[in-house]
Amino acid sequence: MDSLVEFLVAAFILLGAAFALIGSIGLARLPDFYLRLHGPTKASTLGVGGMIMASLLFFSWQAQTLQLQEVLIVLFLFITAPVSAHMLAKAAMHRGLARRKDTKGRPWKQ
Amino acid sequence: MIRILPFPLLSLLLWLAWMLLNGFSWGHALLGLLLALLLPLATRPFWPNVPRLRNLPRLLRFLALVHWDIVVANLTVALLILRSPRRLRPAFVELPLALTDDFAITVLMSTISLTPGTVSADVSEDRATLLIHVLDVDDPEALVAEIKQRYERPLKEIFEC
Repeated sequence: MDSLVEFLVAAFILLGAAFALIGSIGLARLPDFYLRLHGPTKASTLGVGGMIMASLLFFSWQAQTLQLQEVLIVLFLFITAPVSAHMLAKAAMHRGLARRKDTKGRPWKQ
Repeated sequence: MIRILPFPLLSLLLWLAWMLLNGFSWGHALLGLLLALLLPLATRPFWPNVPRLRNLPRLLRFLALVHWDIVVANLTVALLILRSPRRLRPAFVELPLALTDDFAITVLMSTISLTPGTVSADVSEDRATLLIHVLDVDDPEALVAEIKQRYERPLKEIFEC
């Protein structure tokens, strides 16, 4: 049983780390500011999600009772992450940052 | 009733958050209860139009749907990022809003931003249009129709009528 929990915890940590890494790769590789905004949304959802599941499992197993503090992290993150993404996008439009030429549609004047 | 407990659900959430942060003890249960009663009263002026939750089961179904969509969209976007960025088809898409309540619009914008692949960039002054930036889209109209059908309709049922 111990090794099963350890296996699950390790799997969730690896999953979270993989998505955080891919999000960072996106941040480095994508060509314009608006596209780069999409990288961190992955890191802050499944990236953190995987870590949180691992932490929840590990500490619940250690204490032999359900530990739910981690749920709060998800809650606060889900409330704050979209706001910062929104502010970044608005600031980018206000400064008229260049977008990739083949982008369909256009940003609004701020 | 309204004056003592303007937001019963908010009070409940505050109390639960306090208990999760501090672990259970009777002292904290009492202190949390006090905060859960006082904080909504103190922040009452921040809510000129009180959002009303009309359909709790629908909200729970909506939350489950959003979580599932986040997982699926994460996988799709991971593949998009690892492929050549030159093959992406980015777009700014305008979404005409059917929602009118500010809080419901905020929830819709957050949902759009949390789902990888789409970020909500702006909402128009008159709250009639939402500007969304999409990482890779083939048919913008199909995307708008999907967001309206998948997220906006349930939100309308949950917060409006």
